[in-house]
Amino acid sequence: MSTLLADASTIARRNLIKIKRVPDLIVFTTLQPIMFILLFGYVFGSLAGSGNGAGYREFLMAGIFAQTIIFGATITGSGMAEDMQKGVIDRFRTLPMHPGAVLMGRTFSDLLNNVIVLVVMTITGLAIGWRIRDGLGHALLAYALMLVFAYAISWVMAYIGLKVRAPEIFNNATFMIIFPLTFIANTFVPSENMPAVLKTIAGWNPVSTITHAARENFGNLFALNPGGASAGAAVRHRIEYTWALQHAEIYTLAWSVALLLIFVPLSIRTYQRSVAR
Amino acid sequence: MPSNQAVLAEDLVKHYNDVKAADGISLAVPEGSVLGVLGPNGAGKTTTVRMLTTLLRPDSGHATVAGADVMRDPAAVRKRIGVSGQYAAVDEYLTGYENLEMVGRLYHLPAREARARARELLAEFRLDDAADRTAKTYSGGMRRRLDLAGALVARPPVIFLDEPTTGLDPRSRGDMWEVIAGLVRGGTSVLLTTQYLEEADRLADNIIVVDHGRVIAEGTADALKDQVGGGRLHVTVADSAAVPAACEVLARLSPTGAAGIDVEEHTRSLTIPASGGTTVLVDAVRALGDAGIAVQDIGIRRPTLDDAFLSLTGHAAEETSDEASTVTGGVR
Repeated sequence: MSTLLADASTIARRNLIKIKRVPDLIVFTTLQPIMFILLFGYVFGSLAGSGNGAGYREFLMAGIFAQTIIFGATITGSGMAEDMQKGVIDRFRTLPMHPGAVLMGRTFSDLLNNVIVLVVMTITGLAIGWRIRDGLGHALLAYALMLVFAYAISWVMAYIGLKVRAPEIFNNATFMIIFPLTFIANTFVPSENMPAVLKTIAGWNPVSTITHAARENFGNLFALNPGGASAGAAVRHRIEYTWALQHAEIYTLAWSVALLLIFVPLSIRTYQRSVAR
Repeated sequence: MPSNQAVLAEDLVKHYNDVKAADGISLAVPEGSVLGVLGPNGAGKTTTVRMLTTLLRPDSGHATVAGADVMRDPAAVRKRIGVSGQYAAVDEYLTGYENLEMVGRLYHLPAREARARARELLAEFRLDDAADRTAKTYSGGMRRRLDLAGALVARPPVIFLDEPTTGLDPRSRGDMWEVIAGLVRGGTSVLLTTQYLEEADRLADNIIVVDHGRVIAEGTADALKDQVGGGRLHVTVADSAAVPAACEVLARLSPTGAAGIDVEEHTRSLTIPASGGTTVLVDAVRALGDAGIAVQDIGIRRPTLDDAFLSLTGHAAEETSDEASTVTGGVR
């Protein structure tokens, strides 16, 4: 166990040095969500009508948070694919390292990357009028939930990255999956108004539940409803139209744990067998 | 027996669907010696190295490296080997120093020792000036040296070098040869794959020739050369019109008659086996003179490893080489 942690921290340090040497990467991963916040916030915000742009932007933040950390987790996969292609994984695999260390170091440094992204987004959100309305404790719970979910997604991406081997193909493939996944959800528009099929998918999509849990813990749940919290039970009943949404925190955690249980061993096994071509 | 063999492989097999990447490879590297694994691209060299370095699990067969069983105890093998790959597996965003320090940490050297060893190797490989530059700025030869230095961090008793000079310019290749020769003087056992005959000739104590996943010949460079027979008599005639006439004359001297003659029209050169030594030379000079054929060059030459390879595999060593080697393919 101690070799695992020592090796993993050596690998994590290596990845963090790369972020320092190639700051484009982190600039890009943080600029993109800032752009999304501004674009969606003001373009869709004007569509929301009746002068409730501010309300929409408050509603939007949790959704953008969710989408961004999931995209943030994909860099685990492109990183693994890149290391594989360059033969770095071959070198690591001939060293007396713990077999889980490369993946653990990688997912950990990507988690830190996501923390930085969350901080930048929070500042951007606060600048355009978004507020944390339910206390710091709940807000921290929201951040923690998002990071746990993103960490689990990281391991899924590691597996795909190891299987795909070519960073370009990985990026295209995951974009095709993640983009719809984060859109057929309550991230950008309330999913309860969607057509039946989409509404059902969105209702059980873990991206919706992580968004919902964050929205609630930030105190932004009723941002689109002028009546606010006083409209209470009825509004909540309409928004939480599936069991998953009613138990958003547990449902999200269950997904995270399940993904980790499947993809940690699967990724490590794939790593142990993978060789560069 | 295994105690004095740094590497011992018996009948290693690795098939990918229909492709027999390794089809029963056996080899031995006695301690302190260099084994050259020679063969064209796709012959199974890299597959063999990957099986011996625990990267690939053989379908069948058995191998020990530095006394540890490759399949049963890969972790022990990894502690005792250094591997330098076909393409330099250095992290280009790290500096040369950081690369080596990281590898040292991953070999579980104490922090202080990992740092000292990194500095020491950088000096030894003449990379100390570039130690604090990212590897991205390194030339191809510098990357290879850094990669090789990485393989030596933990002073492993056995080193695997998979085509260490493929794609390097002649000067960097010469540098690499010096470094490898230095390692061997230090007592390290080396398994080296190459598609360059000159490299095997220069560095290897023993050579195995691999083609289509099988070992088709083995021995010292000299022994392999002897397999194609003793010396060969080369004649270059002055006038291409005289080639058929020269052919007729030499056929009488060749032990196997006309069938034993290699003719290359465009270079006006003819070659026959010359097991009889210098008497053949004297006879040939006289016979060609009597026939009135002007000779530009004549002599007896020992076969090169190229000749050996050609006669063993039926094709030239670099015939199927990739773009990396065609860049420097004219070196030998």
